[in-house]
Amino acid sequence: MRDIAVRVKNVSHRFGEEDEARNVRALLDTSLDIARGELLCLIGPSGCGKSTLLNVIGGLLAPTAGAVDVLGKPVQGPMPRDIAFVFQENALFPWNTVIENVDLGMRFQGVARAEREERARRSLEAVGLKDFAHHYPAQLSGGMRQRAALARALSLQTDILLMDEPFGALDEQTRMILGEDLSVLLASTRKTIVFVTHSLGEAVFLADRVAVFSARPGTIKRVIAVEEPHPRKPDFVTSQKFTALRNELYALLHDEIRKTVSAESAPPATPGALS
Amino acid sequence: MNAGGARSTSAAGSHAVQIGFVVGLVVLWYLAATRWGVSSILLPNPITVARDLWEILRTGEYVDDLRVTLTELAAAFAISATSGVVLGYLISRSTYRIRVFEPLFAAIYSVPIILFLPLYVLFFGLGPPSKIALGATISFFPVVLNTIAGFGYVDRLLITAARSMGASDYQLFRFVLLPAALPVILTGMRMGFTVALLSIIGSETIASLAGLGHRIVHLAEAMEMARMFAYIAFVVAIAAFLNVVVSTLEKRGRRF
Repeated sequence: MRDIAVRVKNVSHRFGEEDEARNVRALLDTSLDIARGELLCLIGPSGCGKSTLLNVIGGLLAPTAGAVDVLGKPVQGPMPRDIAFVFQENALFPWNTVIENVDLGMRFQGVARAEREERARRSLEAVGLKDFAHHYPAQLSGGMRQRAALARALSLQTDILLMDEPFGALDEQTRMILGEDLSVLLASTRKTIVFVTHSLGEAVFLADRVAVFSARPGTIKRVIAVEEPHPRKPDFVTSQKFTALRNELYALLHDEIRKTVSAESAPPATPGALS
Repeated sequence: MNAGGARSTSAAGSHAVQIGFVVGLVVLWYLAATRWGVSSILLPNPITVARDLWEILRTGEYVDDLRVTLTELAAAFAISATSGVVLGYLISRSTYRIRVFEPLFAAIYSVPIILFLPLYVLFFGLGPPSKIALGATISFFPVVLNTIAGFGYVDRLLITAARSMGASDYQLFRFVLLPAALPVILTGMRMGFTVALLSIIGSETIASLAGLGHRIVHLAEAMEMARMFAYIAFVVAIAAFLNVVVSTLEKRGRRF
């Protein structure tokens, strides 16, 4: 039996009060165990609550029902010593250089100055940004900014890393390269990672397990295991196994995405046609 | 390099046009005063004006009036900058207070407050205190509005990121809120400084005992037009100089 790093127990979340017209049930009675050292991807239609779940795990959002334990402790707020975040984009402080951003994160966390310098240097080296330490975020490409954000999170040396569509705003090629690098990097760190994504390929390529969400109010519909050692080789993408898993995910997601889209847009002119 | 070169060339080009424009105006002024028969009571010869300006600068007779005006400006700006930043910060800490006060201040800001000058004179007298009070009132609004905007609309994600890494309240203020808000606040201060200067010199021309505005009106009433023009040129130069100083400070502060 493996160690459990994150235990999500019957978590539900609602934005707004129940009696308000605009309240949204984002997450419904979701339970999940995440093993230590595992990389788990959350995938689902937009608005299904996967980012909500990530924020609940990270203590950024208190759920309306249920609870989360992280490393055996109940989550009641941010746990900067145990959990680091990588957000979708623009979470770097634009008035600080890359290395200042990394340094500031550790300063917030309470790392001594002497140690910060060495850790910042090493984490920038790990993501390949050594030569851009003194650039400002605005001087970097989107991909490099996300590498910097990753370096900041790595320098915090937490056991758990929560990534909220970190490559969501990047183009396909950049995304692919970053995914490959991430797989190599994470294989050596033994961190527990929860990774929210829209991309089926990214989920299969990175994850040990993929949790598929249903449409809103979201809950986990299925969990699929990807049994392939890390670091994953680039040619994993062209393998039979990859294609089969990707297709399986596609089939699971397709119905849910349909439901989301038809709930959001006006009903079709001929109601019978789609059913 | 090329882009930088092109930019500096075009900057030099636009400076040349700006200088050419001013020179053209002075030439027109000269022609109007000497060739086109405009009365020297309305438009004194620019050469006479230049001579008077030199006289004013040489004798230092401007010093007392300049000191009065600059003291009023400094006092007014100190009051409005301090109270605007402090109040703006306190308001920005709650969305409720932003919702109440931001539209209120924006509405008052659009009122021509100079209309209340007679009231200020009744309250504070003809001397500097009424100018200080008026200047402080008028310049308070851009400072407070920009401070609210600066602190009130910091990207939520940056705050969330800082909190997730364990930032304390002080660290959040010092490393996130302040650097995010500072450029906007500095712009508000620059605007406040400009309107303070305008309203102080303006109110000196209406009701006062001393100051550069007072001096200009006094000369106009004595029909010393060349001297009056010389003082106007002097005030323009002072205002331009202060504007450069304040803009430079604003740019410096942005790199904080």
